Amino acid sequence: MGFKSLKLLLVAAFSVISVLFFHSANAQEPMDTAKTAKEGKFDPAKVIMEHVMDAHEFHFFSYKGSDGEEHEISIPLPVILYSPQRGLSAFSYGRFHDHDSHGVYNGYKNEEGKIVAVDANGNVDEVVKVYDLSLTRNVVQMFIALIILVWILMSAAGKYKKNGTNVAPTGVQNVIEPVVTFIRDEVGRPNLGVKYEKYMPYLLTVFFFILINNLFGLIPGSANVTGNIAFTMILAVVSLLVILFSTNRHFWGHIFWPPGVPVFVKVILIPIEVASTFLIKPGALMIRLFANMIAGHIVITCFILLIFIFGAMNQVAGWGFAPVSVAFTIFIYFIEILVAFIQAFIFTNLTAVFIGQSLEGEHHDGHDHTEDPVII
Amino acid sequence: MSLMTILLQAGNDAANNFSLSHLGGAIGAGLAAIGAGIGIGQIGRGAVESIARQPEAANDIRANMILTAAFVEGVALFAVIAGILAVLK
Repeated sequence: MGFKSLKLLLVAAFSVISVLFFHSANAQEPMDTAKTAKEGKFDPAKVIMEHVMDAHEFHFFSYKGSDGEEHEISIPLPVILYSPQRGLSAFSYGRFHDHDSHGVYNGYKNEEGKIVAVDANGNVDEVVKVYDLSLTRNVVQMFIALIILVWILMSAAGKYKKNGTNVAPTGVQNVIEPVVTFIRDEVGRPNLGVKYEKYMPYLLTVFFFILINNLFGLIPGSANVTGNIAFTMILAVVSLLVILFSTNRHFWGHIFWPPGVPVFVKVILIPIEVASTFLIKPGALMIRLFANMIAGHIVITCFILLIFIFGAMNQVAGWGFAPVSVAFTIFIYFIEILVAFIQAFIFTNLTAVFIGQSLEGEHHDGHDHTEDPVII
Repeated sequence: MSLMTILLQAGNDAANNFSLSHLGGAIGAGLAAIGAGIGIGQIGRGAVESIARQPEAANDIRANMILTAAFVEGVALFAVIAGILAVLK
């Protein structure tokens, strides 16, 4: 019992410390516009980055109007800024589009999506610190996905509460029930043994959350939520906390004093084991989901952009290539839908495997075979 | 003309927007694709041969195949991310 409270204390301290040392994980690469700026020419790298990175608006498409101006069809989102010197300001991102103010509004300037503080002359004010707390499109899409997910799952749960298991499933239960049973039978029970029920809520939550965000990201014009490394990092950190919370004395003993190997191998193994538990396993979870999703989005964007790249060379080539490009894109879209399900399943499965590894007690080999009933 | 002078010249071609890091990133991503292809091909071969030996276990084998393929693909995508970072920085 003393060990349990010590473990609780350690996990709580770990969580608090990791929150205290939090600084915003910025998934945006600083685009070196001097290197890639070809004035007026079509720049595919910039368009790809605009599609897969976070932004302050939902951008659908732009077109050149009759007056030669670029018109953008987009939904601007709230920009919420906090500065210790200037206080809280909130306004719509559309304010930055006014042509007469050159992207400056209310003392803040929009530089390629990043908002910096400027002084009265329009130069960047280095002294003022700005914390960008805006509702960017990733945040808004995540909330929308969350609301829809909670609504679907709660309505299914409500039906079970009302009718129990005596009535055949109706409506949304038909979709949810096989998935939940799949997670319980293929992910929960094999890896977690008898303690699977305690972890099923977390495993189901993480599976459905990743799945619905993956699927929403595939809608054209939507934000790329799961392809954002900050998002996957938080998921990996939460999984790490769940894994650490389910550890027991044998687990830590095996890490800090691996049994069955000579001492000089122990010396090499201990740092590897420690790094593996705290760094490499959650890091792999984070990067696997992030890389799969962002690679898929970049491939889809590239296939569509090939039309424009060919079109920049030769108008006829652009039109001629369009059916090929659309066919490739549809093919990749099917693969991406499959990858959406697979990556959600893999994240959940690996979390369950790692939790199972933490839960392992004494190795009693030879006792753990299940009795298969003889079926005649 | 040795390989070293060619490489040094390529490294100095910053004015033309050519840079060694672009080359390195692209080659790295290509090698990762080769690695992923070989790895997942081996997984597929093992899975298909096992199904041929024991068709009743096809469902279990298929589930394990997809799981293991996702691991190998994850490793290949680590290398792709490293390549992207090399090109972008």
